Amino acid sequence: MQTLRLYRSTVGKKAVMAVTGVGLLLFVVGHMVGNLAIFSGPAAIDGYAAWLREIGVVWPLRFGLLLCVGLHMVVAIQLARRARKARPVGYEHGRRPQSYAARTMRWGGVVIALFVVYHLLDLTAGVANPHGVQGEVYNNLVADFRLWYVVLAYTVAVLALGLHIRHGAWSALQSLGVTAPRGIALVVATAICAGYLSVPAAVVLGVVS
Amino acid sequence: MYTEGTPIADTKAPSGPIENRWEQRRLGARLVNPANKRKLSVIVVGTGLAGASAAASLGELGYRVTSFCYQDSPRRAHSIAAQGGINAAKNYRNDGDSVRRLFQDTVKGGDFRSRESNVHRLAELSVRIIDQCVAQGVPFAREYGGLLDTRSFGGAQVSRTFYARGQTGQQLLLGAYQAMARQIAAGTVTSHPRTEMLDLVVHDGRARGVVVRDLVTGQVSAHTADAVVLATGGYGNVFHLSTNAKGCNTTAIWRAHRRGALFANPCFTQIHPTCIPISGEHQSKLTLMSESLRNDGRVWVPSVKDDPRPPNDIPEAERDYYLERMYPSFGNLVPRDIASRAAKNISDERKGVYLDFADAIARLGRDVVEARYGNLFEMYQRITGEDPYTAPMRIYPAVHYTMGGLWVDYDLRSTIPGLFVIGEANFSDHGANRLGASALMQGLADGYFVLPGTIGDYLVDGPFEAFTATTTEVEDRVAALLAVRGDRTAESFHRELGRLMWDECGMERDEAGLRKALDRIPELRAEFWRRVRVTGTGEQLNQELEKAGRVADFLELAELMCVDALHRTESCGGHFRSESQTPDGEALRDDEHFAYVAAWEYTGAEPVLHKERLDFEHVRPSTRSYK
Amino acid sequence: MKLTLRIWRQSGPTGALVTYPLDDLSPDMSFLEMLDVLNESLVLRGEEPVAFDHDCREGICGMCGLMINGVAHGPEKATTACQLHLRHFRDGDTVTVEPWRAKPFPVLRDLVVDRSALDRIVESGGYISAPTGSAPDAHATPVPKQAADTAFTSAACIGCGACVAACPNGSAMLFTAAKATHLGSLPQGQPERWTRAQDMVQAHDDLGFGGCTNAGECIPACPKGIPLTTIAQLNRDLLRSHLR
Ligand SMILES: Cc1cc2nc3c(=O)[nH]c(=O)nc-3n(C[C@H](O)[C@H](O)[C@H](O)COP(=O)(O)OP(=O)(O)OC[C@H]3O[C@@H](n4cnc5c(N)ncnc54)[C@H](O)[C@@H]3O)c2cc1C
Ligand code: HEM
Ligand code: HEM
Ligand code: SF4
Ligand code: F3S
Ligand code: FES
Repeated sequence: MQTLRLYRSTVGKKAVMAVTGVGLLLFVVGHMVGNLAIFSGPAAIDGYAAWLREIGVVWPLRFGLLLCVGLHMVVAIQLARRARKARPVGYEHGRRPQSYAARTMRWGGVVIALFVVYHLLDLTAGVANPHGVQGEVYNNLVADFRLWYVVLAYTVAVLALGLHIRHGAWSALQSLGVTAPRGIALVVATAICAGYLSVPAAVVLGVVS
Repeated sequence: MYTEGTPIADTKAPSGPIENRWEQRRLGARLVNPANKRKLSVIVVGTGLAGASAAASLGELGYRVTSFCYQDSPRRAHSIAAQGGINAAKNYRNDGDSVRRLFQDTVKGGDFRSRESNVHRLAELSVRIIDQCVAQGVPFAREYGGLLDTRSFGGAQVSRTFYARGQTGQQLLLGAYQAMARQIAAGTVTSHPRTEMLDLVVHDGRARGVVVRDLVTGQVSAHTADAVVLATGGYGNVFHLSTNAKGCNTTAIWRAHRRGALFANPCFTQIHPTCIPISGEHQSKLTLMSESLRNDGRVWVPSVKDDPRPPNDIPEAERDYYLERMYPSFGNLVPRDIASRAAKNISDERKGVYLDFADAIARLGRDVVEARYGNLFEMYQRITGEDPYTAPMRIYPAVHYTMGGLWVDYDLRSTIPGLFVIGEANFSDHGANRLGASALMQGLADGYFVLPGTIGDYLVDGPFEAFTATTTEVEDRVAALLAVRGDRTAESFHRELGRLMWDECGMERDEAGLRKALDRIPELRAEFWRRVRVTGTGEQLNQELEKAGRVADFLELAELMCVDALHRTESCGGHFRSESQTPDGEALRDDEHFAYVAAWEYTGAEPVLHKERLDFEHVRPSTRSYK
Repeated sequence: MKLTLRIWRQSGPTGALVTYPLDDLSPDMSFLEMLDVLNESLVLRGEEPVAFDHDCREGICGMCGLMINGVAHGPEKATTACQLHLRHFRDGDTVTVEPWRAKPFPVLRDLVVDRSALDRIVESGGYISAPTGSAPDAHATPVPKQAADTAFTSAACIGCGACVAACPNGSAMLFTAAKATHLGSLPQGQPERWTRAQDMVQAHDDLGFGGCTNAGECIPACPKGIPLTTIAQLNRDLLRSHLR
């Protein structure tokens, strides 16, 4: 009963958003760190991918991620619809440029979602990958980032993710009742962007080939 | 001009030792059986400190309460604007305060024109008000030890003023409003915001209801109950420009007066010395700057009148620090009425007089001054666009509070059975002058403690028979206002009336001026009903109509104020008759002839004066001196 | 000075912006005094004046509230519309004036909206149950100065609704949180702290306000500087109330 009442409240929904967001954030950080294995050569990263499968975390992880993304999106949509209903008539005068958070969170989330679909087709299923051999993570990546439009797509996505986190990491804390300086989120977001972008950058610059 | 009727007396006040009177009255009051309370209904008009605290407390007792206010929420009543603080004889500082001392200060402060019994009760209850408010969560200022802080205020030598930054009224009102909200949720109080009372319903000699207009739909309707409480605040807006909120009006009490309630001491008006001067002809309201500024600021005017130079270019030798000159011992800290009159006599209202912090900044440093007065300086700068740290502030007196109001007895009951009047709307406790931080105290004492203690004695005879009240008179009046379709706005009449009252019945009054006003007011009133223009209809949200109705009542009240001021040929408190002053220009009271409350009866023609004699057994009348 | 006003006029279910050029304004006038001037001239022309809410005109009653050029209470920081002066506009400016917009704030006429939903939120639990006359001595419970200061900062809310008007979600969470934090910070407010959080949030949601997503637009709009930490505090109280 209590839990249901909590889930029904707007504050409860935000808490769901925050908890799932933090879950996704942890994955994103872990994934980024894993990606850095590429700098230790093909064997390291391919081996790392194989090892993950061996120890059997992949399916539980996929399941958890799916649950998080699902809940995250459901409450995001519910809150967005509520917001639209709460202001049926807008203002005639263009408002002061809205805070970037309000503008980017929802669209940023959509961009990330679309990217993930493409990303899975690309690197997990391999069907959208120029190399496209499962298990050959290193070669798949290098093949990808030789193409300028793939680099562009990844860069845009990672920047969208960075923006999302820049507000989201702070916002999640606020939603869970912890007051933290906004700077923390900026540090996290910057680190994540840098970590992810280092991979395509390395390929483009020829550090990894 | 007026006729004198039979004297009137407060028959409810017990005699005997003054400390026991309130206790005695409470014991003497008949009680309503708890089961019957649910059958008894009370209308409370007004949701300021007095009205909200009364509605909450009566609801708690079990009465069925219906509350009205004209704002869109009870929380916005004018009490919200009080800045300074609230007095209470807690003696938390061990500085010699006591109920007795607060009582004495208040009687003296009122210049011996209030009732000793009432004032003593107020002082006794002051202590419990603070307890009540703290329990409700009112965030009073505290010291590091976690205990309540106090400060001193004009007219007192002890530190007994409790405060919440510069927003004491707001915090106290929110406390009372929340208590009322709790009763609304509990179903004992029904709230009708955006509803204006336009008439009192008197049935079989008892006040039995009100006729109101829904300010959104325009619908006029009657509400009946077993008793009616008016907590509708003061009528300072008769002067057009005052520190009161724009909507403050006399309509509720004036309509009750026309239905038979006596109006006491209408001419007793308080003028606050430190307000921001008028900036232009479209000025809509005056803003108070806390009196505390006079603790460190020095007041001066240029020695030469109309000196065109900016203040900082006027050399020290050509400045007249007139308060320091005229009142060497109190200097800039003389009481409100004296400081106000001196300012008016010496300067013009557009420019005001200078309140200079240059010395204070040199002596204490800018930081200290900023810590003490930062928020006031900011407010000043926001309104005037001038920086008070570098150029002296300009201040000027403004109408602030009205001590007069409907006459009530010790039970707070007016001369109409069943009509109770509380807060600034009654005349009760402040005599001819109110001390700072005492109005909030009175409003809450009335609403939380006095009224709940006395109203039962009346209601015990209820419930009274049901009947249907008519609304035609109010509807006709609304229609009449709309029908004039003249060529002047209600605002222009208000402005003209206000100007006249300020000039002739303001800080200083004399016979010639008052007679002039008494000639002019009826003309202006006639002109109003010939020329006022109210657009729109009665069946809609129509702010012009609201305004016109209020101005029409001010035009009637103003006349009574002038009659009262003219008949009282003495000076006392806020009422200064230039004919009655000491050789050095101070107010000269005439206790032999005027130690009474002037309670006026409405007749439609000349008012009838009923005098209530005032006796002073515990505080001996003396003359105030601040030289 | 001269200004061109575009003001929302509405007497039925819908409305529109109407343009009014104004001349001979003084920079020392307040924004509401300018509307007074406009209204007097409209009345004299036999037109209906612009309805707008106001009372104290000194920034404390919370009655005034206008969207001025898309900004709640206008361009000055920490200033209500009634305390805004024309000196903050440039001669010749065009200024758009609209009512607060939110589903729980229906427009009653022109610039006047019905904000009684905010009262409903308070009635749902924004109080401390302290029956009259039952209070212990005020010094019975000392309040640490820091708690007293937090309570005061939150208690300063004037209930104007600017936070709702500015919030992209039409949320009244800042208003709700200000009251919950005020009472929840004080020892006197502890017994009802958890139910208060639940009941006030429930009322807020039931009234049709949007949910807060930490957009932060309410903060610059709030004339009384209510901090965002109050919302975090309410979130925490609500979660704790359920998880206890
Ligand atoms: C700027 C300022 C500062 C002040 N500072 C202090 C201070 O520091 N200390 C102090 O002790 N006092 C102070 N005072 C005085 C004090 O604030 C008031 O005297 C007191 O608040 C009056 O309270 P009230 O409850 O009687 O009436 P109000 O608060 O005026 O409430 C009147 C109520 O009646 C309603 N009402 C009025 N007419 C009608 C009608 N016709 N129909 C329906 N409803 C109606 C209104 O809606 C409102 O709810 C100050 C006053 C001002 C103006
Ligand atoms: C699947 C696509 C995603 C969508 C559609 C989405 C959408 C949203 C939305 C709408 C918000 C609310 C923001 C606001 O309005 O303030 C939000 C918050 C958040 N998102 Fe996402 N998001 C997505 C993916 C992610 C990912 C991958 C992460 C991990 C890094 C993440 C982390 C967060 C965090 C931490 C928050 C803040 C939670 C809070 O404010 O309480 N999101 N997201
Ligand atoms: C430049 C940046 C990125 C690189 C190089 C990268 C690389 C990879 C690779 C190689 C895989 C496949 C691993 C395998 O099959 O073993 C993968 C899977 C995945 N990536 Fe990324 N990725 C990047 C960015 C992102 C981002 C921004 C997100 C999320 C928002 C993301 C989410 C995922 C997910 C969900 C999977 C699937 C995991 C699974 O198999 O369940 N990736 N990524
Ligand atoms: S929180 Fe601020 S903006 Fe919102 S109602 Fe209170 S004072 Fe107004
Ligand atoms: S703008 Fe709205 S989303 Fe929350 S932080 Fe303020 S209520
Ligand atoms: S009119 Fe009271 S806050 Fe603006």
